[in-house]
Amino acid sequence: MSAAPQKAKPGGQQIPVVVSAVVPLNDLVTRFEFQRRDGGLFPPFSGGAHTVVEMKDGDLTRLNPYSLMSDPADSSTYAISVRREDDGRGGSLFMHRNVTQGDEMMISYPVNLFSLDLRAKKHMFFAGGIGITPFMAMIAQLEQSNGNWELHYACRTESLGTYVDVLSYKYPNKVHVYYDDQKQAIPLEDLLDGQPLGTNAYVCGPKGMIDWVHATAQAAGWPDAQVHSEEFLKPEPGKEFEVRLCKSDKTITVGENESLLEAIERAGVEAPFLCRGGACGQCETDVVKADGEFVHRDHWLDDEQHASGEKIMPCVSRFLGTLELDR
Amino acid sequence: MTIQFNDETFRDDYSFRNSDWAIKRFPFPFHEDSYMYAVNMEQHRGGPEGSVYEKRFDVDEHYVSEMRDRAMVLADDPLRCQSLPHMTLAGWDLLELIMVSKSEDYPDLFELHRDGNQWRWINKPLGIDDSFTFLDETTLPYGPMEYITRQTQGDFCVLDQRDDMLWMDAGMVTTQADWSLDFDIGMNFFEWHAPVPLAHEKGIFVRALKFLLNIQQGAPARRLNWTMTVNPLLDTSPENYHKWGIQKTTLTPENIGSKQHLRVELQTFFRLPRSNALVFPIRCYLCSFQDLMTMPKWGRRLHRVVRDLPEELATYKGFIDNRPMMLDYLSQFDDGQPTSPGVWPDFETEPPLKT
Amino acid sequence: MSKFQFPESIKSRPVYGTLEPRPGKAHLFVADAEGAEAIIEVAARDAGLMAKAHIIYIPKGADFADKLHALNPAQFYEGPTYAASVQRLRHVLENAHQGLQVYLTGTEGLMGQAQNEAMQAGIPHTAIQTEHRGSVARRMQCVHCKGITEDVMTDPFVCSHCGLNLFVRDHYSRRLAAYQGVCIDAEDPGNVPEPVELYK
Repeated sequence: MSAAPQKAKPGGQQIPVVVSAVVPLNDLVTRFEFQRRDGGLFPPFSGGAHTVVEMKDGDLTRLNPYSLMSDPADSSTYAISVRREDDGRGGSLFMHRNVTQGDEMMISYPVNLFSLDLRAKKHMFFAGGIGITPFMAMIAQLEQSNGNWELHYACRTESLGTYVDVLSYKYPNKVHVYYDDQKQAIPLEDLLDGQPLGTNAYVCGPKGMIDWVHATAQAAGWPDAQVHSEEFLKPEPGKEFEVRLCKSDKTITVGENESLLEAIERAGVEAPFLCRGGACGQCETDVVKADGEFVHRDHWLDDEQHASGEKIMPCVSRFLGTLELDR
Repeated sequence: MTIQFNDETFRDDYSFRNSDWAIKRFPFPFHEDSYMYAVNMEQHRGGPEGSVYEKRFDVDEHYVSEMRDRAMVLADDPLRCQSLPHMTLAGWDLLELIMVSKSEDYPDLFELHRDGNQWRWINKPLGIDDSFTFLDETTLPYGPMEYITRQTQGDFCVLDQRDDMLWMDAGMVTTQADWSLDFDIGMNFFEWHAPVPLAHEKGIFVRALKFLLNIQQGAPARRLNWTMTVNPLLDTSPENYHKWGIQKTTLTPENIGSKQHLRVELQTFFRLPRSNALVFPIRCYLCSFQDLMTMPKWGRRLHRVVRDLPEELATYKGFIDNRPMMLDYLSQFDDGQPTSPGVWPDFETEPPLKT
Repeated sequence: MSKFQFPESIKSRPVYGTLEPRPGKAHLFVADAEGAEAIIEVAARDAGLMAKAHIIYIPKGADFADKLHALNPAQFYEGPTYAASVQRLRHVLENAHQGLQVYLTGTEGLMGQAQNEAMQAGIPHTAIQTEHRGSVARRMQCVHCKGITEDVMTDPFVCSHCGLNLFVRDHYSRRLAAYQGVCIDAEDPGNVPEPVELYK
């Protein structure tokens, strides 16, 4: 409409930060704290939001989303907690091995795909392992407004119970911890029974746990709209494939260990993204021609769209064969 | 102060006027000689100096009088401002966004002094100097959304985001193009747009929703919308339609130039940080046909747009009955010469009207 | 047959379905008049349903109360009007737990008002089942005076509060449980078309 339309930067706005603290919490999890390089305050955020951290790993630019787990009311510092994935794609290993206090990095503005339903009469949180991180911020937010919440947190062992100590100390009556190695399990069916109308459940953890909470709640007659979950998909390795980018007039090869989105970016083609985990819909791309088989892995497109072969989410989905995209 | 505020009315004697400055910066909405729905979003990151796009919340010569008109509407009908209980946090987000933006963009008119949660807000044009505690409703005379939108031009819809959907759960709506907040509050994006013709079929709302759901903190967006209003009436609400509807029949070939106004909405969209809600300010600009005709390009183009608009849209926008009279008037300003692309008046370069 | 196929309309107009038994800890039915038939049909599909059911029924002159009683619901209440029943409905909802299934059937006005109560109590509207039966009369709000006119059967109609002549829109508010009525002769006072029966 106006004379000078401006294009959005893919991935949204970034904030230049310095790593202000690196705090190992246990054998697997380390907390990274950031402050703004310009000395200013961070924008406030809502519990459940994540930031995409940009890592300069040699020639490779890694972009990984992590839940913001600091107190949303504290604008001086943002913090994330990263679990080391030894068999992962290398982002968490890079954070653990290469990032030290004083390093300069870029992180994205907060994006929330897992927000609280502020209408809820009560909030029940179900965390598995590192899935505790978004709840740390949600709890801090609810405590400010006297929110009604409780947490059920499953950990492998006491020594891997990230933030169990601080949570149990601050909220002894609201936090319930279950250790796998002590054969303790979340008594989900009992917990879901008898909750007041308008209670909302939130789950963050491994896929099996998320599916279990959804299915158990559904069987107990809970509306699915009151069961919220966040699962960041990671791009999974797969067979190499070739893609023609029509608009940019380029042909690229997607390697075994990179995502289609990463391959597009590596070729210098700008592509929109936000979550890089198949959830936000920002990277949705039109398919021009497809000779082969789609491997759709996103949560964004519906079954019909997957079957149509007209769209793909390049952050997590792949292709077997050769593909032409409108990009 | 840099802006000379008008003392004018938007009712009864309709003393509203646009200065030459206001006409020149009027957000004429047609970038070509025809119009059809489009999502037409762009980033809201400033614009040419002096234009309505430059600041996050534009303040112009009508500010003080518009706020007076809003107070009158609210005194008559308090239901024009409503906020469902879970939207209070979003109200604080909005208050912060507007206070920070206005104090930075218009330091001569507005001041914000913050010491932790102890805030002092000075609004010089309206003579307000209030100290309050941020996030404590008991320290303000109204809820946070109502407090700040009584001091900000334009309507405000505050949309909650849940289940990949936007919900109209709060708003301040006194200058609306014929829709009722009291009726629509609580509806989802498709429901409150349900009465709009053609656009659903064209998939406009599905695309617009996807865009809006993804608006991020720090990356606001904007678009224009438009309709027609007889007399510079801000409160074209359905609530009062039985009172103002009759004014549409008072147009004559003699008075149409001064009575008929193009009504343009500058719609902006900001993600609110604490609540993850989206605020959708709808700023209304009015300009009479005769003032628009002072720009030869706008005269030519407006004639062509109104002439070629599909009947459903002319009906929905409420001017189907008056269209023939509008065209009689506007055709005098269309000499058939081509127009330059884009919305700007290009007064220096466009040829004057051939007579 | 008490079912009516409403013509396709705009996105704010409610779409009614067919009641189906769903897993739940408790089952609340609210119905008026011919809505009873829908309850009888859904009860026949699940033998265990009625043992955990509470039926609130407003006959509106229809003769189904005995048949509903014969289903042996855990609780059965026959109310003379919706207004008389609403305190009971609110009490049930206030004391209910997650897992309650709500089934609404009968006229649009009844379903809309009961749905609003259930939403206020914390159930998402998408989780509340509805099935239209019986009269196609509408509950209308006058957008001008805000008054509600019940059981409107013609378009246009006269607002029972302020007396304006209103045309019937399909635009619907769940919060008000009403369609919108807008003055039809604002631009030409006195020019009011003859009322036509809805859907004729």
